[in-house]
Amino acid sequence: MMVLKNETPALTDPQKSIGEDVIVVEHIFKRFGPNVVLDDFNLVVKKEENVVVLGKSGAGKSVLIKCIIGLLRPDKGRILVFGENVPELSHDELDRIRTKIGFLFQGNALYDSMTVRENLEFPLRRHWIGFSQKDVDALVMEALENVGLTHTVDMMPEELSGGMLKRVALARTMILKPDVILYDEPTTGLDPVTAREIDNLIIKLQRKYQTSSIIISHDMNCVKNTADRVVLLLDGKCYIEGAYEELERSNDEKIKQFFE
Amino acid sequence: MALTWKASEFFDETGRIARFAGRFFTMGLKPRYEIKELLNQCFIIGYKSLPLIGLTGLIMGLVLTIQLRPSLTAYGVESQLPVMVGVAIVREIGPVITALIFAGKIGSSIGAELGSMKVTEQIDAMEVSGTNPFKYLVATRIVAATLMLPILTLLGDAISLFGSYIGVNIRSVTNFRLFFWQIFDTLSFGDLMPAVIKTFFFGFAVGLIGCFKGYNSSKGTQGVGSSANSAVVLSSVLIFVIDFLAVQLTDILGLNY
Repeated sequence: MMVLKNETPALTDPQKSIGEDVIVVEHIFKRFGPNVVLDDFNLVVKKEENVVVLGKSGAGKSVLIKCIIGLLRPDKGRILVFGENVPELSHDELDRIRTKIGFLFQGNALYDSMTVRENLEFPLRRHWIGFSQKDVDALVMEALENVGLTHTVDMMPEELSGGMLKRVALARTMILKPDVILYDEPTTGLDPVTAREIDNLIIKLQRKYQTSSIIISHDMNCVKNTADRVVLLLDGKCYIEGAYEELERSNDEKIKQFFE
Repeated sequence: MALTWKASEFFDETGRIARFAGRFFTMGLKPRYEIKELLNQCFIIGYKSLPLIGLTGLIMGLVLTIQLRPSLTAYGVESQLPVMVGVAIVREIGPVITALIFAGKIGSSIGAELGSMKVTEQIDAMEVSGTNPFKYLVATRIVAATLMLPILTLLGDAISLFGSYIGVNIRSVTNFRLFFWQIFDTLSFGDLMPAVIKTFFFGFAVGLIGCFKGYNSSKGTQGVGSSANSAVVLSSVLIFVIDFLAVQLTDILGLNY
């Protein structure tokens, strides 16, 4: 069902939402100086759902997911992840909840002084100190196998192509087997073929690990391929949400410009 | 108006550096300690700087000796050359020149590395991975720089004195043992200790400024270059300020005689 912003139903009771709703963003505001980026924005992501947040460059999409993972703090509002309000969590509590959230950075953010193996081992070593080298090696190889890049395990990031870097970054994101994955423009800067491969990987891994996802994108092919639901972020607010096909059929000029 | 703006910018920057240093003492020194990364940084900052410090030290001792010889000969005190060079190197020139070389190599390297990590979101990725980047990247580098510079200075001083020995022997023949006996006979605890102690502060300043500039680097490659450059400039200035304060303090304590 397509829902315009002013028709958005009241958000569910946070107590009631635990279990069913994985992420609940309630009335968040974020500004940088005089620039209002998020203005009373609301969003609910359910278990095993892929939600694409669509919007123009600079609309605040990346700010939204950085607020969700606690890299940025909203000025106002609540962000419930598995029932816990992220802006109020301590550093240790944030670290604990971040084991359940994967984040794929737009620029991959692989550590360029480390090999692919060390990049993948890094989050494992931080969270699972008790694991033996054998266990760690098995998890690293499993993650690389998921993205079809086991042969790159001892290579440096500088030796990989753009698509391979994205896939290694995806493997690192998945290595802790998170319940939620936040993708920041996963196909930006890639050729259409590689972008399609990344879309397929996102869907394959989502099905394999039953994850929920928020995908930030303005690549309409990526939106079409991956979205269960699309949320259009305009002027800091949720302008509309619904299935891709519903939005595609819309006659609203503000919506149509994304589909032309 | 411009002067007021400059002064305001100066105090603003000073305040931010002080807050950054405060964060290091309150957060960076608490467990969980990143021992493996600290040892790695000690290796990079200390061991890998040694060839450069050694080479500059050797040349410094050699040049200083060759330059001083004519003046001392003119006063008929050429025999005091080892003593003069030894005191100058151990008390002042060794620590300051080593710290300046260290600032050029390590300050710029830390500034550029952290700046580049900031720009490419690697610091955010680290935080998302459950690592406190301030502890992992900043605290380890500041501690390693603070611990390694005194060691490098002592080694640099030794190599510098050896350079001086070579310099003395270019025009005359001096026994190795006699040369060093003359130097160590003159040097006292008051000469060595303040010089070593101030290098801890020099090292801390280089590590702190390099990390501060890199960690707060603005977006883009220009920001990374600017971080590396300003890290070297500011830490070099700080080295002279700390040196001035250290000399004043040792003077008040009567250690300069």
